[in-house]
Amino acid sequence: MIPEFGHFALILALCLSVLLSTVPLWGAWRGNATAMALAPNLAIGILVFSAISFACLTYAFMQDDFSVEVVANNSNSLLPWYYKFSAVWGNHEGSLLLWILIMSVWTCAVAVFSPQLPLVMLARVLGVMGFVGVGFMAFSLFTSNPFARLLPGTPMDGQDLNPLLQDFGLIIHPPLLYMGYVGFSVAFAFAIAALLGGRLDAAWARWSRPWTNVAWAFLTLGIMLGSWWAYYELGWGGWWFWDPVENASFMPWLAGTALIHSLAATEKRGLFKSWTVLLAIFAFSLVLLGAFLVRSGVLTSVHAFATDPARGLFVLVFLGIVVGGSLVLYALRAPAVSSRVGFAWLSRESLLLVNNVVFLVATLTVLFGTLFPLLMDALGQGKYSVGPPYFNAVFVPLMALLMPFMGIGPVSRWKQDSVNRWKAELMLPAIATVICALTLPLLHDGDYNLWVALAILLAGWVTFGMLRDLANRLRNASSIGAGLRRLAPSYWGMFTAHIGFAITVIGVVVTSQFNIEHDLKMSPGSSETIAGYEFRLLDVRGVQGPNWVADEARFIVYRDGREVVRLAPQKRRYLASGDVMTEAAIDDGLFRDLFVAMGEPVGTDGAWAIRLHYKPFVRWMWGGSVLMALGGFMTVADRRYRRQRSSARESLRQGEVRGAQA
Amino acid sequence: MHPVRKQRLYLVLFLVFFSSAAVGLVAYALRGNINLFYPPVEVVAGLAPVGQNMRLGGMVVEGSIQRSSDSLEVRFDVTDFEAVVSVVYTGILPDLFGEGQGAVAAGKLDENGVLQATEVLAKHDENYMPPEVAEALAASKARMAEQAAQQEYAQ
Repeated sequence: MIPEFGHFALILALCLSVLLSTVPLWGAWRGNATAMALAPNLAIGILVFSAISFACLTYAFMQDDFSVEVVANNSNSLLPWYYKFSAVWGNHEGSLLLWILIMSVWTCAVAVFSPQLPLVMLARVLGVMGFVGVGFMAFSLFTSNPFARLLPGTPMDGQDLNPLLQDFGLIIHPPLLYMGYVGFSVAFAFAIAALLGGRLDAAWARWSRPWTNVAWAFLTLGIMLGSWWAYYELGWGGWWFWDPVENASFMPWLAGTALIHSLAATEKRGLFKSWTVLLAIFAFSLVLLGAFLVRSGVLTSVHAFATDPARGLFVLVFLGIVVGGSLVLYALRAPAVSSRVGFAWLSRESLLLVNNVVFLVATLTVLFGTLFPLLMDALGQGKYSVGPPYFNAVFVPLMALLMPFMGIGPVSRWKQDSVNRWKAELMLPAIATVICALTLPLLHDGDYNLWVALAILLAGWVTFGMLRDLANRLRNASSIGAGLRRLAPSYWGMFTAHIGFAITVIGVVVTSQFNIEHDLKMSPGSSETIAGYEFRLLDVRGVQGPNWVADEARFIVYRDGREVVRLAPQKRRYLASGDVMTEAAIDDGLFRDLFVAMGEPVGTDGAWAIRLHYKPFVRWMWGGSVLMALGGFMTVADRRYRRQRSSARESLRQGEVRGAQA
Repeated sequence: MHPVRKQRLYLVLFLVFFSSAAVGLVAYALRGNINLFYPPVEVVAGLAPVGQNMRLGGMVVEGSIQRSSDSLEVRFDVTDFEAVVSVVYTGILPDLFGEGQGAVAAGKLDENGVLQATEVLAKHDENYMPPEVAEALAASKARMAEQAAQQEYAQ
């Protein structure tokens, strides 16, 4: 009964979404205030019904209702309750329902937190979001109903959740990732609403910006968690594989990064307006493309869901409607909203433009590498795959190209700046950077590594440039404390995110250059030394968990004769499915991780294939990403986004285009 | 020329230059880093290049996995039910690798027609089969059905 109730609630949510995507837009077109005022109420109604629907599916999972197909296929009575909960989105149908729930949360958030947005604008934004919601709800109901029953033929017990997904990371990774994906639909909706209304001004950018920043921050966290999960759960110690599904999440992030920077120029200077709109459309199109790649099964990937051509076709058609429709609208309206504001070559605008070009090119190269196999297959040229070396070869130089400009960005001025001023400002940071790049790699015993030196040079340049700017801003304050307090949250957001980026770069390069990976055969009692750490295998014994049995190897790690840590990796066998899974043991640290994983037994004397890794600075990568996300969240606290609520309506009534607003 | 237009011209030139540099980079990076998929039947027929990066996929033959007792070397056979190709791999195999399961091995073919694999991928859940393997198996099944039909006709 409960699943049917959930199904019914989802149908009601779809009906309300259809209303939301038509009535307020009609109202905005005809100037009917009653129709427009309906939008926020509809948004709340959609949230209520999709939440009920989601709660019903969760209930089915928690109660082990194996008459529901997705529960029977993805859960088991032995599963701990928290994994039963996360199993709700550990499959295609349930994850789509989570997507719908999050979509409703964003729509409702826009309705609730924008009381000062002009009604016309609000109606259009919510209407567009309602349209996107219709697409996903119809997708769920018509091609992948999560409430489908197995009647008769209800199994006694479920087939269990894929063991790889039985993990804390998987409880939070999809919700955060979807918050990011779906969040870009807000930026998209604002862009379409602006095109519909024919008004693109600084006020529009100021409304759109906090939403975009938050979506971007969520996406950053989601990708970072995915990378971290792959590192400790997949058992081979990698953290980024350039897998098509990873790329599917990374492309919207790259386009989104370009978008948040372009929005900054649009808000502050009224520049790049039509470009910003195009980026918002592009970013959301990439989200939909990602959904297509993951859910259609066209690509070989460790993440892809099982194939069903009808689903792929549905997403493809929806993608076509969204991209085609918005580009047609853009072509019709963009000339009317383009800006006529000039700027000099040496200015912050130019540097933001460089950011945009680099991130766009990076997005396109990743897109090309991801779609290349599909393209060749469609042309009948055979089944190609594009390996990680391709992506590294194009992506790394692009980021290296970006960073010199990133150091100048924060200290540069809007409109016009001069080389002499930059020289004066950045002389000290440049010297400090060069000294760091020359000396810091020496701390690592062994050869002087040029790549690491280059990474320190670039990251140091970004960091010291940022610190220089901070020092400038504090110069006129009565005390440092007073100066720090006076700085706006949006400034702190940029500061944190840029420093975070520099930290991530250091982490990525140092890990890639200095990591040591060793696969070998080890017998109980034997030991192996890597990077000065001696790994001694004591014994291998059997252990038992709630729904698995395992062989557990016990290691003691020594350094200079002293015990550092005890590690116990496992080779698990899950009882319901019989699947075997590697559970790595990791000792994490600020400057290095020690990683041990078990392969399979070798020979007959109790020896095992063992994988030992030494990974320096690997935490910096994720730590930096967390800082980036934190920076994105901080910007929302800025006073001007709160103040705008009182001034927005007035400014719109006057219809003035305010170009430069500080 | 009008300064705004001049700026726009430079902008376009910059974009053209930058994107051609990017395209060059992409083409260069693509040259050495793509590899083509071959089902066993094509490898046995000599259609696959020797000494170049390639991928081989199919089902792991039952009873074909041989592990060395003193190193991490593993040998196994991959089949599409028409032909069989041997694979040698040194290292730790993925968890879901097993006999009678779909797998993809990437590496180089040696003179003896054995794939020296540098990477082995296995399916990651019950329902999922790498698309190229699924397609290769379907093609081989279709060919065999056709042959059977022809033989029947001949009789």
